[in-house]
Amino acid sequence: MKNLDSVFAAYLIGWAIFFGYYLTVGRRVSALREDVERLKSALKSGR
Amino acid sequence: MKKALAAFLVVGLLGIAAYASLFVAPTERTMGDIQRIFYLHMPSAVVAFCAFLVTFVANLLYVFRRQERWDWLGVSAAEVGLAFISVVLITGPIWAHPVWGIWWTWDARLTSTFVLWLLYVSYLLLRTLVEDPHRRALLSAVYGIFAFLDVPLVHMSIRWWRTQHPQPVLMGGPGTGLAPEMKRVLLINFIALVSLMIFLVRERYELEALRAQVDVLRREGEAA
Repeated sequence: MKNLDSVFAAYLIGWAIFFGYYLTVGRRVSALREDVERLKSALKSGR
Repeated sequence: MKKALAAFLVVGLLGIAAYASLFVAPTERTMGDIQRIFYLHMPSAVVAFCAFLVTFVANLLYVFRRQERWDWLGVSAAEVGLAFISVVLITGPIWAHPVWGIWWTWDARLTSTFVLWLLYVSYLLLRTLVEDPHRRALLSAVYGIFAFLDVPLVHMSIRWWRTQHPQPVLMGGPGTGLAPEMKRVLLINFIALVSLMIFLVRERYELEALRAQVDVLRREGEAA
């Protein structure tokens, strides 16, 4: 099979972009969830 | 639990799509195995256009209704569309190098696609420059409506101009088309990538909703 390394490289890079993007969104969502909890408890305690 | 199931389904569909593209689809007669990149490249482009269409509609709805959920949807779909168009711009040259002997050429299709990528990078950059959320939403909505004008241009570029990029294989008129097995594999890839796009937009939308919640809580904290 000719050029199969290029084919696999294209698929790997494509998947890496999608997965990497999903990870960054997930990380930002977790950080914001923590912020929400922190701010809610700060408001409750009257700070 | 629902999210984990959705993620599992999307990953499963992507796995099936990749397997079908690499091992089930027949080898193309003139290009050989390098043509298999087409099953990722072409649906990624169509899915990016769909995401930008969602942004366009959400931007229009924001301009007319001024509801922040349309701003959230607009930016979410724009960012996801940008991820898909980045895949298009990377997989294209990987295919082009062994087939054309060059990685890139400034023909109408490639140039208009690169301009599309730049337009949506600018859309996201513009949002970082404006602090007031209402002004940011309105400015980016107006910009997003104009940015979308490049999508039909990219789509029609290979019909309007003589390009190095191959002519359309679907709906391209007489003498064009795909073998039925290839069409099936292409359809599987479309389904997998559309489901990925929906999943990512939902995740990204949640991020915007949380960001707005944090802003409200901060304002409440400052007022208290």
